[in-house]
Formats: sequence, structure tokens, C-alpha cells
Amino acid sequence: MKSLVLHHERCTGCSLCELICGLAHFKENNPKKSAIHIERKFPVPGAFEVHVCNQCGRCKEVCPTEAIIERDGVYLIDPGKCTFCGICIDECPLDVLFTHKDLSYPIKCDLCGECIQVCTPEAIHWSK
Amino acid sequence: MYGYGGKVIRIDLTKKKIEKKELDPSLAKEWLGGRGFIAKILYDEIPQGTDPLSPENKLIIATGPLSGTFWPSAAKIVFGTKSPLTGGYGDSNLGGFLMAELKFAGYDMIVLEGASREPLYLYIDDDTLELRDANPYWGKGALVTEVELKREIGEAFQIAAIGPAGENRVRYANINHEYGRQSGRCGMGAVMGSKGLKAIAVHGTRGISLYDPDGLIQITKAALQHITHQPYFKRFRLYGTTDITDWCQGMGVLPTKNFMFGDYEKEEKLAPEPMRKRILVRDKACFACPLNCANYTFSKKYGTYIDGPEYETIGMLGSNLLLDDIEEVQYLNTLCDDYGMDTIAFGGTVAFTMECIEKGILKQSDLDGIDLRFGNFEAIQTILKKIAYQEGIGKILAEGSKAMAERLGQKSEHFAIQVKGLDFSAYECRGAPAMLLSFMTSDIGAQHTRSWAIVQDMDMGRDSIEGRAKLVKELQTLRPLMEMFGVCRFPWLEVKLDFGEYVKAFNAVTGLGYSKEKLFQISEKVWNLTRAFWVREMKDFGRKYDLPPGRVYEPMPSGPAKGLHLTEEKVNRMLDEYYEFRGWDQNGIPTEAKLRELGLEQVAEDLRKMNKI
Repeated sequence: MKSLVLHHERCTGCSLCELICGLAHFKENNPKKSAIHIERKFPVPGAFEVHVCNQCGRCKEVCPTEAIIERDGVYLIDPGKCTFCGICIDECPLDVLFTHKDLSYPIKCDLCGECIQVCTPEAIHWSK
Repeated sequence: MYGYGGKVIRIDLTKKKIEKKELDPSLAKEWLGGRGFIAKILYDEIPQGTDPLSPENKLIIATGPLSGTFWPSAAKIVFGTKSPLTGGYGDSNLGGFLMAELKFAGYDMIVLEGASREPLYLYIDDDTLELRDANPYWGKGALVTEVELKREIGEAFQIAAIGPAGENRVRYANINHEYGRQSGRCGMGAVMGSKGLKAIAVHGTRGISLYDPDGLIQITKAALQHITHQPYFKRFRLYGTTDITDWCQGMGVLPTKNFMFGDYEKEEKLAPEPMRKRILVRDKACFACPLNCANYTFSKKYGTYIDGPEYETIGMLGSNLLLDDIEEVQYLNTLCDDYGMDTIAFGGTVAFTMECIEKGILKQSDLDGIDLRFGNFEAIQTILKKIAYQEGIGKILAEGSKAMAERLGQKSEHFAIQVKGLDFSAYECRGAPAMLLSFMTSDIGAQHTRSWAIVQDMDMGRDSIEGRAKLVKELQTLRPLMEMFGVCRFPWLEVKLDFGEYVKAFNAVTGLGYSKEKLFQISEKVWNLTRAFWVREMKDFGRKYDLPPGRVYEPMPSGPAKGLHLTEEKVNRMLDEYYEFRGWDQNGIPTEAKLRELGLEQVAEDLRKMNKI
């Protein structure tokens, strides 16, 4: 099964991954609506860390409304069934279920791979 | 309107009044954004003769329609004002993330006027706009302020701050953001300080509406493919602007010892590869940029982190002051950023002062006992602090090299390396006539980014002036569009992304359907308006304001450019041709016909009433 491989040390913090994620999923030029998030550790030590779901499936286990389904190893949120209770967000081991004030469900990576296409420093790629 | 945030913030700092206004659609259609907005508002709203450091001056902070969008390096915001350093039109762009954040909060532009007696900072969080107490930050460095303000209000905020140099109105004080990026030139920080504004903090959560999102995605993905397949891509993303240091040395255009020479015997110690090995922490990018030209560095020797030094700083604080240790340059870069001072103007002013000492025009006793010789690192640190706090001799250096030369006389203007009061960026031009003409005719003074023509100079014959006027005029028409769109020039300049792709992106974002020709016409209109601003503000404005310092007439004494120099005849011939291409008279004043052709009828009326045309 495919998965994302992250090389945090190659990330330059450009936000192109966050931008394309928002555009691909919400047709909106808004990196704040992204399932991938770059953490900026500046001025000290001067580093970036990429945060994105690794499809562990913990969210599905804890969801009380069965709003999260698994398809070919990818966990997807059904906004129609989600009550935005926040349990999956709290339970996520990597803290990679993100929220935006316009949305009444968490934003979660669906492994579409759009971010890989625009990551010019090759900080994100598919596992071999 | 697609591509625009749709709102403008107007603030009167005297009255502490904040207004939110709709963006005027005709302003967007006719002036695009960024420096187009700034030129229009400065000309229309600042009364003739306004003192740049008075409450009547305005500080305008403008994004463009592409700022913050999914387009390579859509990462520019422009600050503009009547410059306290030059007295004329001033603008200076800034990379990083501020432009995107402001658009995501829904705003295209901030216009500041008036002055507060109490230090304030501007807080923007989507719809919430507040002027907040900045007493806890006043007196602190720009870098420290960014750290502490984020700690107080949140890491998600983007901050632009001034340091003590801005608070104390040093005429080349700048505005800092993102730990080492600046709106660096023309004294933006002094104007912000004169208004009692310490910082601007922005957070936004909204999207930017696009006319054709799918079209933009397609154009941008193709652009990214193009960029990553260019042979220069890999090298530029490693070294950024520092990559040019070796090239400048090889061509004899690296400013050395106040531009006396064009090469530096110890340049290899400042060169890009050793610098990367010695101090690089991280390759870093501005918003949406595939090129990540920033070198985020750490000096073990001094314990300082900074985004830099860039080439310009290496030239102006390294070779031009005869400092050969990249960690010393990195440290001075960090100090300049924290005090909030332009490294180019600081380097130029200090080098000028050092030459005054060598020539006996100034004595050590005139300099509060500071032994300000070329290469004296300790003395440079001492004078930097004195300038930032306007102490003793620092008050004189804080006025800039042109003002110093006027004060000192004794033909010191010959080696005050500036045009219109703005110090040269780091290019020695005796063997680079197009670069020199670019500095001479740039509408803010001797800044390199208006038309960076030095590479073409090498191909066109270094002792010839043929074709230079046309080249410079063409570059000055295309290049400023980048700062009207709100994007960085580097994908176009460094990895040859065709300008036609920018036109496609502009239209996919805005839906305005403009042709390249239409955009060039708008750019020319902006250039003529900024020229008219100078004509209006300077009683005796004309050709003499476009002339370079006398040093360019001295033959280069040694190195790769040995023997090269300009003559007054050549300089004037370049100006003759340049004015001709511009449709200006032979004193460099826009003609009535040209102004009317560009739709600047009111400007033509104004200048006519003043007997300028």
C-alpha cells in the first residue's frame, strides 16, 4: 500500500503543499484549509516539521458516529455523518486532524498525492 | 474582484481611528496593486512639500492580486512612502509571508497617516482590527520584537516590526519580518517610527477568490515543471543570491573599499560554498516559492541566527568595508536587522566615512574617537550602535552618505556612492554601463532591482554604451510589474520562467483578460507618475538628479575591470537616449504628450500649473 514519506530536513517551508491541498479539496486558494501542515521552528533552532496523517486508523476506531470509513488503507471522513465531536482530533496520535472555522468537520489527508507534485525540494514522496 | 482581498484599511494614528473600506475596483483595474497603488496614492494624497517624517506623510503597505496565490513565489508586499532618505518617491518590497496573511485576512492594502505619541502596534485578526499598546516592545530590536510578539499573540501571526533605528528615525531604517527579510530601502522604518507604530501583526483564515482556479492550477504546475528542469535551478536553490559573489569578483564588479575597486583579494573567504559549509542551518523559502533562495544561518562565533547574509550584504558589509570573515558579516547583518537598518545604506555610508578619514576630510576626533578604518570590525559595531541610537557622530551618519557629503564638502560628493540620496546596491559599475544607467534612472535612487542589467552588460561590450538606454527602459517596464502583481522576480530572472506565463496567471487569478501590451502600458504609466512625483517635490529636479558620483569617471585601477570607466560624455549620451525612449524632454521631465498618452491628464495639468512642463 502507498504511503507518504516525509523528509523534514528537506522542507523549506514554502507552503505550496498547503496551498494545493486547499485548492484540490475545497477549490479554494487557502492554505489554512489543508490536511498537511508545516510547523516553523524559528528563529531557534531554524527547522521545519511536516505534519500529515499516516493513515493509522485510530480516528476510525474512536469515531462514535461511524463517520470515518476505510478504503484501500485510506481513512476518509464523511462530513454528512460527522458531528464534529472532536474525539478523533483529541485521540489522533500525530495531531494531524486539522480544523478551520468555516468547516464543521476535521480536515484529514485522503492520500491524493497532490502535495507530492508541487514539493520541489522533494520533502514528501510516495513510499517505494 | 477576483484575486483581491477586497478591503483596504485606513488608519489615522493621531486620532487612533481605524477605517475599513471597500477596495475601489477602478484602482485595481487601472493600477493593478503593489507599487501601482502606492504611486497613485502618494501622488494624489500627500500634499506637495510634505516633510517625510511628519504626521502628514503616509506609509502605504500594498499587496498585489497574485500575492498569496498558488503561483511560484507569489510572495511580495510593497511598502511605500515619501522617502526620508531621498525626499522623493520611495518604495521597497518585502518577501516572507506577510503578504499572504494580509490577503487571507481579506485586505489588499493598509494606508497609515498621522502619528501617535504613545507607541502602538497594529493587530489584525480577520475582521478584528486594533491599535494596541506597544510600550512593552518599544526600544527592543526588530528580531526580538518578532519573537516576543508571537509569544504574546500566537505563532500563527505574521509580524513586521521596526527596531531602535526606526524609532529614532535613522533615515535608512527598515522594516523587518521573518527573522531577516526586510522592506529594506528608502527609510520605511523611519516613517513607521515617526508614526509611533512599532509593529504590524496579521492573521487571516480566508481564501482568495480566483477567476479560474483550475486554469491557475494547470499554469502553476506547468511553471513548476519548467522551473525544476532548468539547469540553474539546483544551484540557485543551494546558494540563492550569494551565488553571484564569485561572478562579481570574476567580472571586477564586486564593490571593494567604497567602490574604489571591483575585486577583493580575500573574496574567497566570503564565497558561497565556504559560507554554506560554515554557517548554513537551513534552506528556507518565502510563500509559495520553489526556489528557496534564503540561507538561514547560524554563527557559532557570535551565537547569532539570521536569514542571510544575501549577496548585497556580503558586498556592502564584506568587501566594501574590507571585512573578510563571513561570520563577521553574518553578525553585522544580524545587528543591522535587529536595530532595523538597511545593510546597503549602512555599508555605503560607513564606507564613505572611512574614505573621508583616509583622505583627511574627517579625523578620528570628529568620530567620537572611533578608529573607523576599513576592516576595523570593532569600530563598525560601535558606529552601528551610535547610528541606531543617534548618539554623537551617529547623528551625522544617520542622515546618509549624500547628506554627509553636502555637509562635509571638499569634493567628497565624488565618492559618496549614491544617486538621488540612495546608496548603490553592491555593483561597481565602471565596466557595467547598463547597470549604471539603471542606478541613475531608478525611480527610488540607486537600487538594483528596478532593472538588473549587469549580466547583459558583459555580453554587450563593457566599454560600449550602445543599446543600454533601450535595454534599461525595457527592463524598467517589465520588472516593476512583478511588484504590481505582488510576486518575486526570481522565477523569471533566475530560471527563465517566461513573462507570458505571468500574464496567463494574472488573468487566471483576476479574470481581467489583460494583454502583455496593456500591462506594459500600465507599468509605463506608473513609472511616469513616480517621475512626476519627483518633479513635483524637488524644486530643481532634472537631469542632474540622474547623474552618478564622480568615481565612475576614474579608470578602474586594477583587477578584471582594469582601465574601464565612463566619461561624462558617455553618461550624458546614455541619458539623452534614455529620455528619448521615455518620451521625456532632455532635462528628463515627462512631456505633456507622454503624460496624456498614458492617461495622466491631471498630472500634466499639475505640472503645467507649476511651470514644470
